[in-house]
Amino acid sequence: MHELSVTESILNIASRHAEQAEAKRVTDIHIVVGKLSSIVDDSIQFYWDMISEDTICAGATLHFQRVPARLACLDCNAEFELSAELIPCPKCGSVRVKVLAGEEFWLDSIEITR
Amino acid sequence: MSSIRVPVIEKIFNANDQLAVLNRKRLDEAGVFAINLMASPGAGKTTLILNTIRALAPEIRIGVIEGDTAPVTIDADKVLAAGMPAVQINTGGDCHLDAPMIEQGLNSLPLKELDLIIIENVGNLICPAAFQLGSHANVLIASVPEGDDKPYKYPNIYRGVQVLVVTKTDLLPYVTFNMDYFRQGVEMLSPGLVTFPLSCKTGEGVAEWTNWVRQQVKQKRGQ
Repeated sequence: MHELSVTESILNIASRHAEQAEAKRVTDIHIVVGKLSSIVDDSIQFYWDMISEDTICAGATLHFQRVPARLACLDCNAEFELSAELIPCPKCGSVRVKVLAGEEFWLDSIEITR
Repeated sequence: MSSIRVPVIEKIFNANDQLAVLNRKRLDEAGVFAINLMASPGAGKTTLILNTIRALAPEIRIGVIEGDTAPVTIDADKVLAAGMPAVQINTGGDCHLDAPMIEQGLNSLPLKELDLIIIENVGNLICPAAFQLGSHANVLIASVPEGDDKPYKYPNIYRGVQVLVVTKTDLLPYVTFNMDYFRQGVEMLSPGLVTFPLSCKTGEGVAEWTNWVRQQVKQKRGQ
């Protein structure tokens, strides 16, 4: 549950970029979240409404783009997605795997009005 | 009024990560090796720290930063009783330590008089994984009674650690813990991870761990 500090970071980054772009207000915020990053969107939304009040970002809608966890097998080169828990390669059973995607966590863009 | 899309592409942990880099630089300049010790509550973080102090002091001068969610100084008191400087950081309910808290901690420690800093993170397997502190090694403790499925349930914390310490191995005969299954999960997330199985109760395996720490400290001093 570190979503409060995460939400504060989102607010800081969005406000800084909004000011640089001479925005009057921020209407939408687009966030990319990998499935392995253990971030709970609902908690961020919950904190967001509280801490964005009276800022340039007040009332902005948060959009979360979820990136699935994708792994590659280092033995048979098969690529597979994790639906829930960590599993060995479904094709050959190898545990020699590499995480290709799913650890992302960044602020992609904001939508502003001037 | 139409809305304009402004690209940002900035990591949400950016501010923390930047400060972590500065913390690291400060430690490097002082020639101090720093360990970020992470584990669930009750895995034996404080016990491992006290055993490490016992094995390495006074040859190696150790400072400890204790992260706790409440103003309880039980852990810090134990370190002070062992004769080492300790700083207590009360996270005010927060579930992890972050780079700004470590900066504060470093301000309160006599860096020039130390060789090693051990940071005891808040007991938690989720949040500490996301926050870089500036330490040289992220060390994870997994205790045998927690179960062999933790790498599968908390994959995040097993990524980006440099060392794994498996504690309470004296309990292996009494609890269901399949070491092969556990190691398989670890191998998938952190291939070739340096692992020290040990028991602070019997002392078995502790020397391998403390030798590793001694080695790192010597290397850091020599730089």
